[in-house]
Amino acid sequence: MQQTERKRVPAGEDPLVIGGRAYRSRLLVGTGKYRDFEHTRTAIEASGAEIVTVAIRRTNIGQNPNEPSLLDVLPPERYTILPNTAGCFTAADAVRTLRLARELLDGHDLVKLEVLGDRDTLYPNMPETLKAAEQLVKEGFKVMVYCADDPIQARALEELGCVAVMPLASLIGSGMGILNPWNLSIIIDRAKVPVIVDAGVGTASDAAIAMELGCDGVLMNTAIAAAGDPVRMADAMSMAVTAGREAFLAGRMPRKFYAASPSSPTTGLIG
Amino acid sequence: MSEIMVNGAARQVPGGWRVADLVDALGYAGKRIAVELNGEIVPRGRYGEVSLAARDQVEIVVAVGGG
Repeated sequence: MQQTERKRVPAGEDPLVIGGRAYRSRLLVGTGKYRDFEHTRTAIEASGAEIVTVAIRRTNIGQNPNEPSLLDVLPPERYTILPNTAGCFTAADAVRTLRLARELLDGHDLVKLEVLGDRDTLYPNMPETLKAAEQLVKEGFKVMVYCADDPIQARALEELGCVAVMPLASLIGSGMGILNPWNLSIIIDRAKVPVIVDAGVGTASDAAIAMELGCDGVLMNTAIAAAGDPVRMADAMSMAVTAGREAFLAGRMPRKFYAASPSSPTTGLIG
Repeated sequence: MSEIMVNGAARQVPGGWRVADLVDALGYAGKRIAVELNGEIVPRGRYGEVSLAARDQVEIVVAVGGG
């Protein structure tokens, strides 16, 4: 799809800085659940994302090894590949997965840690997440960490040395939107590292609300991949993240219970 | 021949094989993969040096779509 021309934040003006590197896009996207690589590629291109998550899995032995792979369509020279630990339920499995990822990506050290606690909710297991984060930081990884929307856990992860905290908006894949904006606001208010909402975004307004709250970015997968038209939704999400960020930077008007200040003059009325 | 486990499945390999021989046999030479042998990473540059032995557990991974 041809990207429509629109005003974008120029490079360098309001960058998202993670682990010492600056990014223009505040939308981070996953690469799962697409019908094929061509759909993955076009949707991710439309999203404008520079950071894309991938999963690490066993090779399918017996399958033709010359078939194209995900990294052929999303070359690491163009995208910052963020290997994740989705599917890991223990700190040990998560650490092992990311060591393999670092080898796979030639020493690349920016990673997404998620340690799940439950197959039905995919809610994070915070004790195991903290244990894995500590080990990974010790091994030199730059850890972006999926976590509960709990200000105390988020702070603990920051204190361990994680480069970004990524609280859920609602359950992974649920599309339920931001269920606890007040907790997110406390996390944002206190964090010195970027706060990125990860999981639960369902549609463009959810992404805009996250950014208006002051989140530094939004990470999503299913909201785009499971949309009726993923390319169109990717573009919508890109605009929503930009709109939400701009509104946050502009500073919204205060909320008023009564409309005590009409927008039109109160004098010169006819009659 | 010795029996090793590759990605959870038993496989017979000739004695004296190194990781590079296994990688070649599977068609992965030059592909973007990562190899773990008995829980330890085998760096790409060492495939030719590291020998395989009976009961070794080998994991070979790639990047796939995911959130």
